[in-house]
Amino acid sequence: MSDPVSALNGASAQGFAAIREVGPLGMITLRAKGLKSLDKAIKAVTGTKLPAQRRIEVNGDRACGWMSPDEYLLILPYADVSAALASLAKSLAGEHYLAVDVSDARAVFRVEGDRAAEVLAKLVPVDFDRLEPGELRRSRTAQVAAAMWKQDQGFTLVCFRSVARYVFDLLANASR
Amino acid sequence: MSTRLAKGGRLIDRTAPVEFTFNGKRLKGFQGDTLAAGLLANDQVMVGRSFKYHRPRGIVASGPEEPNALVNLGLGARLEPNQRTTTTELFDGLDSTSQNHWPSLEFDVGVVNNYVARFLPAGFYYKTFIHPRPFWKHVFEPIIRRSAGLGKAPTEGDADRYEQAYAFCDVLVIGAGVAGLKAAKAAADKGQRVILLEQAPTLGGRAPVDQTEVDGQPVEAWLSAMESDLAARDNVTIRTRTCGFGVYDHGYVLADERVADHTPGDGRPKHRLWRIRAGRIVSATGAIERPLSFAGNDIPGVMLAGAMRDYVVNYAVSPGDRTVVVTNNDSAYQTALALKAAGLDVPAILDARDQATGPLPEAARAAGIRVLTGKAIAKVKGAKRVTGVTVCAQAGEGAVQEEIPCEAVAMSGGWSPVVHLWSHCGGKLLWDDTISAFVPDPARPPLNHDGSAMVEVVGAASGDLTLDGKPTIPPVWVMPQGAPIAYRNKMWLDYQNDVKVSDVQLAAREGYLSVEHTKRYTTLGMATDQGKLSNINGLAILADAQGSQIPQVGTTTFRPPYTPVTIGALAGESRGEIFQPLRRTPMHEAHEAAGAYFEPVGLWRRPYCYPRAGETHEQAVHREVTNTRTNLGLLDASTLGKIIVKGPDAGRFLDMLYTGVMSTLPVGKCRYGLMCNEQGFLSDDGVVARIDEDTWLCHTTSGGADRIHAWMEDWLQCEWWDWKVYTANVTEQYAQVAVVGPNARKLLQVLGGMDVSKETLPFMQWADGTLAGFPVRVYRISFSGELSYEIAVPASHGAAFWAACQEAGKALGAMPYGTECLHVMRAEKGFIMIGDETDGTVIPQDLGLDWAISKKKADFLGKRGQERTYLANPDRWKLMGFETLDGSVVPDGAYIVAEGVNANGQRNTQGRVTSTYYSPTLKRGIAMGLLKQGPARVGEVVEFNTVAGGTVKAKVRDTVFFDKDGEKQNV
Repeated sequence: MSDPVSALNGASAQGFAAIREVGPLGMITLRAKGLKSLDKAIKAVTGTKLPAQRRIEVNGDRACGWMSPDEYLLILPYADVSAALASLAKSLAGEHYLAVDVSDARAVFRVEGDRAAEVLAKLVPVDFDRLEPGELRRSRTAQVAAAMWKQDQGFTLVCFRSVARYVFDLLANASR
Repeated sequence: MSTRLAKGGRLIDRTAPVEFTFNGKRLKGFQGDTLAAGLLANDQVMVGRSFKYHRPRGIVASGPEEPNALVNLGLGARLEPNQRTTTTELFDGLDSTSQNHWPSLEFDVGVVNNYVARFLPAGFYYKTFIHPRPFWKHVFEPIIRRSAGLGKAPTEGDADRYEQAYAFCDVLVIGAGVAGLKAAKAAADKGQRVILLEQAPTLGGRAPVDQTEVDGQPVEAWLSAMESDLAARDNVTIRTRTCGFGVYDHGYVLADERVADHTPGDGRPKHRLWRIRAGRIVSATGAIERPLSFAGNDIPGVMLAGAMRDYVVNYAVSPGDRTVVVTNNDSAYQTALALKAAGLDVPAILDARDQATGPLPEAARAAGIRVLTGKAIAKVKGAKRVTGVTVCAQAGEGAVQEEIPCEAVAMSGGWSPVVHLWSHCGGKLLWDDTISAFVPDPARPPLNHDGSAMVEVVGAASGDLTLDGKPTIPPVWVMPQGAPIAYRNKMWLDYQNDVKVSDVQLAAREGYLSVEHTKRYTTLGMATDQGKLSNINGLAILADAQGSQIPQVGTTTFRPPYTPVTIGALAGESRGEIFQPLRRTPMHEAHEAAGAYFEPVGLWRRPYCYPRAGETHEQAVHREVTNTRTNLGLLDASTLGKIIVKGPDAGRFLDMLYTGVMSTLPVGKCRYGLMCNEQGFLSDDGVVARIDEDTWLCHTTSGGADRIHAWMEDWLQCEWWDWKVYTANVTEQYAQVAVVGPNARKLLQVLGGMDVSKETLPFMQWADGTLAGFPVRVYRISFSGELSYEIAVPASHGAAFWAACQEAGKALGAMPYGTECLHVMRAEKGFIMIGDETDGTVIPQDLGLDWAISKKKADFLGKRGQERTYLANPDRWKLMGFETLDGSVVPDGAYIVAEGVNANGQRNTQGRVTSTYYSPTLKRGIAMGLLKQGPARVGEVVEFNTVAGGTVKAKVRDTVFFDKDGEKQNV
């Protein structure tokens, strides 16, 4: 079998901020609400607590983001997704939930540098001056859906895989 | 003549000369000039021709309200028509040409309109060109379009780029005059996050020209202290050259920043459109001076008094040696004093008021200027420039008392507060008798979500025309008040659209009562300046003609944008490659490398066919069909929608969504299903696979994935919120390859890794496994009638798997095929396609899909809709197959004609084609279509109309043209 290839195979661009595609990254969409076992189930996979509304809890290369009242995004190394799905199945056995691998359905970008927020402010209707560390925003990047958060002197931005080229071109253009 | 003064000019840098051209003439100006100032400094008093009468026109204003001095700016890929010279900053190498003249500005044939003006009254177009009807399209319109119109439309793509940006603040202050600066400081003092916008390159508004002191300090000192104070604050952002042009609901404001208009080609975006969300909006937009309506008020050299002051003080431009000032208020006296201070002559100030006693009139008298009260201009003398004025009594009918030679006229008819931003979202206005103008009514502001005022107005925009408050400005709408028609015929209200006092009066006589109708009939205020100078004067004339009052007549609606915004700024980054998102499958690059010809499917681009050298697209499609039917075809089916539905109530949920039964589908099997909307119309279709006890995978059409996912969530969140069902759209998680044709199984066996035999994996089943080491899920389903597998792999392996299939398929005759081949093959089998056989008015029963509709279920979405008499009518058009008698292909979109004609004289119809192709397999045209009472008419010959005229005969038959018994897929 071949190695997994991310949508743009790690493309990068340098303007007044640095743009690079990262990945492949493991991602799981977990839909569940009000389950007693949920905290533990997530902790077992990402090592984080359950995020509060509009927050993302980061733990090294793993994270858990709040996507909606009944949806979480689990981030982890690509190779660990199967084990994580098995772990969730075990923790949540008998409960009503949905956990699916969406690692390949997404593209992930990093926008880095002192002026990274300026790049995003041209494309995303979000008040980046007031975006707190650990705050996850679901919004749009120009004409497509995206989620983003501040992390390590920059921003991580997630979009759908099919529009990876469009989003990369947007970010590169906006950083000119 | 107008010229540059030897000294002065607070905005120009005399050490930085720049060269520019106007109509090819090389002219000199200074850094800091506007183009208008540069033109005046070079005695270019006449700068254009008017729209309708082609009268010579000069610069009237000094800001965005300018109606006349519009030019074509730049050349080639940087040509921009209708650029206002008064807001265009001069730069070295600027090229400009005047507009609306032929053959030249100095000599124009259109000026003949001027002499036939009495044949071009208000509503002229409506009256004259209405008959005979065809003449409008073929004769009148082309001529009018050529001779009228302002700037030239660019013919090249724009060389510049544009961008947009989002900004957020507690308080947005629009306008950085004294009032705006104070408002910004006050908000900043409270710790609020402030954005201050100023349309000009510099701050201060009119204060440096009109004031000597602010708050007891010299104006320049006050201004520079304020500027450095605000600049030093972290919570204040100042943006100059940025016009806040529109206020929208919920504190949303659009502003256009002219980033690089004055530095073209420096690599920066030309404009930046700001999309600002503000907690509170402060409109400090000032006021615009009104012209006076006297005969010849459009002759070059007649200028607004405030504008003339700007040219003298800011740019050291003399409008001419002798200027007559004409006014109804004190502010114009400042112009007289400024001219005097610059060493120029003011032969007289004509004041329409009976008395002029304030400090400014006294100062003028003290400066030795002759002040004539109760006087008016009877007429301006001159053609291409002012040569003098005749004086009369304002109270009279224009009997000339005196003639004064002069080169320029400075006029002031009072000031109108700029209430646009207040009004955009519904702020109401009051008529203020003190200043004879509309002012914002603080009791009726535009409202926020919580009922609070969204916009606050300060300074001149609120009616406080001077720093001390409100002056008294009496109404003077016509000069002299009893002017005869010969004079009113030459009193311009709207300079740009050539609307005169007499036109508005005519409209009133013809019965136009509503101001909105009068506006459209006369075109008053409909030019690119949107009536900034003409609206109030026009309203006053209309009110007077109707014997009514101005507040009763009311204003026309103020709509964004306040000033014209270039389309480039509105488009922002959306051009070229990033005009719109283009969705690509993981195999997109491989298709490009294979020379695929793409077609749009939603935002996806899918290969339509893979033409080889020398092949037409049609030939390529035929080859792909034949190869797939005889050997092996490979299709990128990744765009197919894939939605996971899971939960204890998932089966029940899907039984409601689909017309068939999905809850009974055994694990490991697949079933074709139809989805309808509540009205019963067919909405989407696809194969559903049961993954485990709790989980189904629903395939949707490529274009329908997002819509159907949203449809599911809508029902789950809004109607059946207590059902335990979760959904996830995993369309993009998987690349999907359809392996189709007699050699399909062989290919999978070559790839190896799992048993795909007829016994282990029969038709309409799926299995997980590996192929060539790739983790795959194989669905044995067919949309072509061939032996066929659809293989899903994680998208990150999609390109590699596609390549592996091609490589392994070489010996088996594998060829990729595109969407058109897919269409032809499904049509040969009589399979329907959402969007071809359906159009939102078709129910499954129309398509003979009754077998896919459960009779047992108590309910499903669309069930009751389909029971309505109209949809249950046996006369409905039903899907049938058609074979032309001559083997030709029925034209796309053709109707099946019936006897007789309808009320419009059109042929009656009894059906229409839905899919029509040349079948390379059957070597003839095949078609599906809807035919009234179709199933009862098998064997009948019907006629389809054709594009060329005439009809083509076709025999009615069933829809399955090929392999009726399904032997090919059942192997």
